[in-house]
Amino acid sequence: MNYADLLILIVPEMLIVVAAFVALIVDLAEMRHKPIRTRMFTAAMITVAGCLISMYWLSQTGQPSKYYDGILVIDPLTQLIKQIILVMTIFTALISIDSDFTEHVGEYFFLVLLATVGMMFLVSSENLLMIFVSLELLSLSLYILTAFNKQNIKSAEAALKYFLFGGMSAAFMLFGLSLVYGLSGEINLARIAEKLLKPPLDPLLSVALVMVVIGFGFKVAAVPFHLWAPDAYQGAPTPSAAFIASGSKVASFFILAKVMLVGFLHQDGSGAWRHFLPGWVPLIAMIAAASILLGNLAAIAQSSVRRLLAYSAIAQAGYILIGLLAENQQGIASLVFYITTYALTVLGAFGVVNIVQERGGEANLSTFAGLAKRAPLLSFCMMIFMLSLAGIPPLAGFFGKFYLFASAVGAGKSLGLLWLVIFAIAMSAVSLYYYLQVLKQIYVSAAPIDAPVIRAALLSRMAIALLALGVLVLGCAPDFFLQRIIPAVKAAGF
Amino acid sequence: MLAWTIYISFIGVGALMLLRPDQKKAARVVALTTALAGLAIALGGMFNYKLGSGIVTIKKLPWIASLGIDYHLAADGISLTLVLLTGIAAVVGILFSWNVENRVKEFFAFYLALIGAVYGVFLSFDLFLLFVFYELAIIPKYFLIAIWGSTNREYGAMKLALYSFVGSAMVLVGLIAAYVLAGAHTFNLLELAKFPFPKPFQMWAFPLVFAGFSILAGLWPFHTWAPTGHVAAPTAASMLLAGVVMKLGAYGALRVAMTLFPLGLEAWRGAIAALAVIGIVYGAMVALVQKDFKFVIGYSSVSHMGFVLLGLMTLTAIGLSGAVLQMFSHGIIAGLLFGVVGRMVYDRAHTRDLAELQGMNLSKALPFAAFTFVVGGLASMGLPVFSGFVAELQVLIGAWRGFPTPTFAILAGLGILVGVAYILRTIQKSFYSGLQLSPGSQSQPLEAISTPERIGAAILMAITLVIGLYPTLLLSLIQSGFDSPLMSKLLKGGTP
Amino acid sequence: MLTIVPLIGAVVLAGLESQKKSLARGMALSFSFVSLLLALLLWKNFDITASGIQFMERHRWIPSIGVEYFVGVDGLGLLMVLLSAIVVPFALLASWGIGEKANAYFSLMLFLQAGLFGAFTALNFFHWFIFWEMGLVPAYFLIKLWGGPERVSAATQFFIYTLLGSVTMLLGFVAIYLAAGTFDFIQLAEKGRNGGLAALFAIKPGWPGVSSGAIALMVFLGVFLGFAVKVPLIPFHTWLPNAYTEAPTGVSMVLTGVMSKMGVYGFIRILMPLFPNQMRSVLTPLLWLAVATIVFSAFAAFAQRDLKRMIAYSSINHLGYCLLGIFATLKLTDQGAQWPIEKAAALNGVFLQMFNHGLSASALFCFLGFLEQRTGARGLNDFGGLRKVAPVFCGLMGISLFASLGLPGLNGFIGEFLIFKGAFPLASWAASLSVIGLLVTAIFLLTILQRVFSGPLEARWAGFADLNLKERMIVFPVIALIFVLGIFPQFILQFITPTVVNMVAQLVS
Repeated sequence: MNYADLLILIVPEMLIVVAAFVALIVDLAEMRHKPIRTRMFTAAMITVAGCLISMYWLSQTGQPSKYYDGILVIDPLTQLIKQIILVMTIFTALISIDSDFTEHVGEYFFLVLLATVGMMFLVSSENLLMIFVSLELLSLSLYILTAFNKQNIKSAEAALKYFLFGGMSAAFMLFGLSLVYGLSGEINLARIAEKLLKPPLDPLLSVALVMVVIGFGFKVAAVPFHLWAPDAYQGAPTPSAAFIASGSKVASFFILAKVMLVGFLHQDGSGAWRHFLPGWVPLIAMIAAASILLGNLAAIAQSSVRRLLAYSAIAQAGYILIGLLAENQQGIASLVFYITTYALTVLGAFGVVNIVQERGGEANLSTFAGLAKRAPLLSFCMMIFMLSLAGIPPLAGFFGKFYLFASAVGAGKSLGLLWLVIFAIAMSAVSLYYYLQVLKQIYVSAAPIDAPVIRAALLSRMAIALLALGVLVLGCAPDFFLQRIIPAVKAAGF
Repeated sequence: MLAWTIYISFIGVGALMLLRPDQKKAARVVALTTALAGLAIALGGMFNYKLGSGIVTIKKLPWIASLGIDYHLAADGISLTLVLLTGIAAVVGILFSWNVENRVKEFFAFYLALIGAVYGVFLSFDLFLLFVFYELAIIPKYFLIAIWGSTNREYGAMKLALYSFVGSAMVLVGLIAAYVLAGAHTFNLLELAKFPFPKPFQMWAFPLVFAGFSILAGLWPFHTWAPTGHVAAPTAASMLLAGVVMKLGAYGALRVAMTLFPLGLEAWRGAIAALAVIGIVYGAMVALVQKDFKFVIGYSSVSHMGFVLLGLMTLTAIGLSGAVLQMFSHGIIAGLLFGVVGRMVYDRAHTRDLAELQGMNLSKALPFAAFTFVVGGLASMGLPVFSGFVAELQVLIGAWRGFPTPTFAILAGLGILVGVAYILRTIQKSFYSGLQLSPGSQSQPLEAISTPERIGAAILMAITLVIGLYPTLLLSLIQSGFDSPLMSKLLKGGTP
Repeated sequence: MLTIVPLIGAVVLAGLESQKKSLARGMALSFSFVSLLLALLLWKNFDITASGIQFMERHRWIPSIGVEYFVGVDGLGLLMVLLSAIVVPFALLASWGIGEKANAYFSLMLFLQAGLFGAFTALNFFHWFIFWEMGLVPAYFLIKLWGGPERVSAATQFFIYTLLGSVTMLLGFVAIYLAAGTFDFIQLAEKGRNGGLAALFAIKPGWPGVSSGAIALMVFLGVFLGFAVKVPLIPFHTWLPNAYTEAPTGVSMVLTGVMSKMGVYGFIRILMPLFPNQMRSVLTPLLWLAVATIVFSAFAAFAQRDLKRMIAYSSINHLGYCLLGIFATLKLTDQGAQWPIEKAAALNGVFLQMFNHGLSASALFCFLGFLEQRTGARGLNDFGGLRKVAPVFCGLMGISLFASLGLPGLNGFIGEFLIFKGAFPLASWAASLSVIGLLVTAIFLLTILQRVFSGPLEARWAGFADLNLKERMIVFPVIALIFVLGIFPQFILQFITPTVVNMVAQLVS
């Protein structure tokens, strides 16, 4: 295989890179003096176009195979995940249209697209080196995106926190990965698994395992590595926050699942109640439980909708980890389903927050008071998003949770993970409280007298409505999506 | 055909959403038409149902094939009875909320969404589908109370929503576990009920699922949402809450928990019956000392639902059919009482404090309301001629027969007595205090009872009377519901 | 059929506008007369030689719990139906002056009548219980809405007491149904006669460790409580003086005239045939209760200073005789089987006493109503010398007082005589003790006569009007009946005797 073949294989990624440069150049060369909204619109359209073409390309390529020692893996599952990531990017671009936090429009979209490329490489790799490099590409882009609102001091603070925590966790992860390499002499996940084949856990390996988990735990904002999340979600420009919460989560969770299930296949241990065995399963089970507990409880106390979403994201991370713990194909399928619907939902929610915040200043709960009168469509969409996050049928969040829990309970070993599922379900009942708090403001509380009717760009409203529709359809008829995920997971050979 | 009860409610929701906010009249008409259509379909379904034909499948399509989830609607005598109740309650509730002026179309949209979900629960025979509808009902309830409610509405609404959600979370745990244990290939109730779950599993799964459902049915000590929720709710919503939503819980407990986990049921039924009896007596006692008119009715609902749960636990044909009849009867009667309290009295007198009402001499000002409340109150205290009597009598007989000692039956019987006391006290304080006002101290005459209210009240009174006089009308239907293989295995004592 | 007429009337009246007072009165009266006519028709067609149930009708009602629509009358039922048919129009006439919400008042009265008819004809517990309770509700509202100053507490007390009894009775019948599988009085009576009921309790669930006999006794006590409150027996009587005193005249008349008979009726129709053995086992306490009722209520009446309360207590006293008769009859088995009629004397007396007391007590309340209406007072010491200004009033009221006292020639005598005649040989100690009650009754009734009618006329009553023509018309038929029955008790005895003989025969066998 020569480089030309390789280039063809990575055409989707290349397309995104090209789109990134086009967006940058067009904005810098032609649009300097146009109003910001126009520039935003143009750049967003370029992004959307690039992503759509890339998606089309992804849907055309077949031939699952692994190249260069797993540096590039192409199978239906990675193609699907990439498409999902691209969808997230498209919607991020669309909800960006309605904001004017920066005049560096070209750079903004450039970074968004670069982050996308990072994710795409991340998910299509089974090689430690490649994983780390693309993870860093993604992270660095996100740090800058977080800091993008130069008028807002909180944005800078958030970015610095994010950056410091991120750097630290990258160090942990690198250390862990190098230990793994040292123990196994391999950087390909599948072969690492072959080399590490012995159940009594090597102390050094357990250190490595812990460090890798810490590194990823930071990426997915699981307790106790979550501290950056509330600040980043609050301080970052809304579209950036949305992107961090959606696309980056999809990629991170997916690769976490891959590393754990492929690389540490035999170091899983057991998380069954009263039958704990050392390994990453009990470790992640603890992290999941802690995330669910802390995320949900802390969210209750929030007065800012964005911080609330941040803590809810922490809790959701806990739920998603449960899918990983199932350690079977169904678990992966449920994880992919859940993370996708979660990302869609949170994108929509941030879209609404973005619009409200542009008109109302802070994103406090009280800013949303009486939104139902001021923006009926947005309110309705927000209701769908919030209820989906809470897991109310017939929305996607419900089926996602249900599927996750069902696969975790069904994961062999006589209902071993039932304790975690019971805990998660109980806490999801708690979560209804704070999601309803948001809806209460929107529907029940009266708007301030002088509050104007909120008007937003047609395109971003359409994007949000589309997201809401997506959440509804995925909830009512999850089967059409499942029928794409399940064969893909099977084909990927988990 | 019966499936259209669900569809038409949601079509109604859609139609309402298309209206402009100022088209209040149109919104009412749309809502009423929808509810009437639903009732007509329910009646049609009832007449088309041949007694003894067991569980009749209405629609069965694969839904989420990957998980073995079907879209499976079916009906038997029990669901038909409750569907009919829902239809009636829906129509009457709309008649009683004719005067809603604030955000009319949203009100009726939430209302119809709730109704649609309730129909869905009663007709679902796929547990996943049932659960979907069950949870779907939570949200409209929340908004109906939080937006259009009164006293402490946001608190009451949130409490109700969280309680329901905790309940459904418990149910969900049990269902998932059962689904997985049974091989994770079907959610069909009829299939799952055939699976012999191991006894240790049933020992915890049954109380979990049963309690989860019964939270909504007001099982003591999980009943505390009921009084606050009822009090906070607007009239139509409290009519629906007491009339229909509490039945969702009891129905779920009967249809799901009891059929899936017979061994757990056998082991736990004594304890649950004891809770039910405590609920009967406790609810009545607490109702006796309330100061707020609506709290009285709220606690009385707890007491009456105790009879339903006690009836379920008897596992005799007579007790079970009594329980279902009591569900129907209490739905009608509680609807009537809440209608009087919320719409006829509170909307006019603007107070529900019994001490204040005492001074208003309402029997003069609102004779129709007084009459209606007396009829409703008599029916509620379980006087013969009204439907409550037959139902409670059957439950008592069942409880006596179904348990080794008659203690439950006797205590429940004494609960009836307390029921009489609080109804009498309320009648006296609210309407017939006999205190005469000095002329002129009443600043303005109260608005007369409107025609929609009269129609609504008359419908409910007529139904409770007809069922009270000729309960066989419904009983034959209900009993046929216990003939199917699914339900008949509940019966221990044989037919009377 | 009989029940339906007043029911229709009640519903029609309830629908009337509240202004049409006279129309309401007229219609109520005509409905009650129609039912009187029907009752008389029933009487005429009644076969006096047959002892069993006649005019039976039965239809399936609620098959799942063995409930049937089952009506029919024997001598006892017919007697009671007649009594209600007579007293109700009498009471309606006496309450002609009701002004406030007349349509509701008369409608409730007709409801009450329907409840009474229903209860006296029903032969299935469920069916009977409906009417038993149906009588309660209108009575409650009649007292509550049209009563005197203390009406609220009186009405509530009345309702709660009665309902307490109803609930224990209901529970008792639930137990019976579980044991016997039927609600049918006749079938149950057959089972009870053979002592089979207690045996049945042995099979069906009760508390572990409690014998079937004890359960049967408990069931009996539950049902007993229901009737004892209604009659009432001391110590379950405290609701009665309040209720009777506070109730408007017409209602007091129906309450004392007919409703209290529902309790006695229950003793005869239900307790006696169903629980003969249980009753016998606690016969001595029961007799004591009856004696206490007779004696204490007589003394209590004697101590009252309010005329209405006096009559109320005297009512308890008179019904005490009925219970004495019933309980005494239960002793019959012990003795040999000669003279069936003689043995039936006590029970015969009970029947007569029920009817007669119904007439005389309602007449008395009617007169008290007139008195109160004219003067606004009803204290024993408020009056005096009324005979001078209102001779007709005093004469007629005197007749009913004497009838109540049991003067030979008037109707009260023959009933009490028969009861004592029957009771003496059977329970001589109880009967002898009860004589004290008889004496005290005589004393206080005479006191009334003396204090109200004789003595110096108080100036303020100088304008006391005698009965006008209409009022005379109202009371005349009843007074006439008092005489007729006093002289020719055969009128009634002839159609109750077969029933009584039959009952006694069943009891003894």
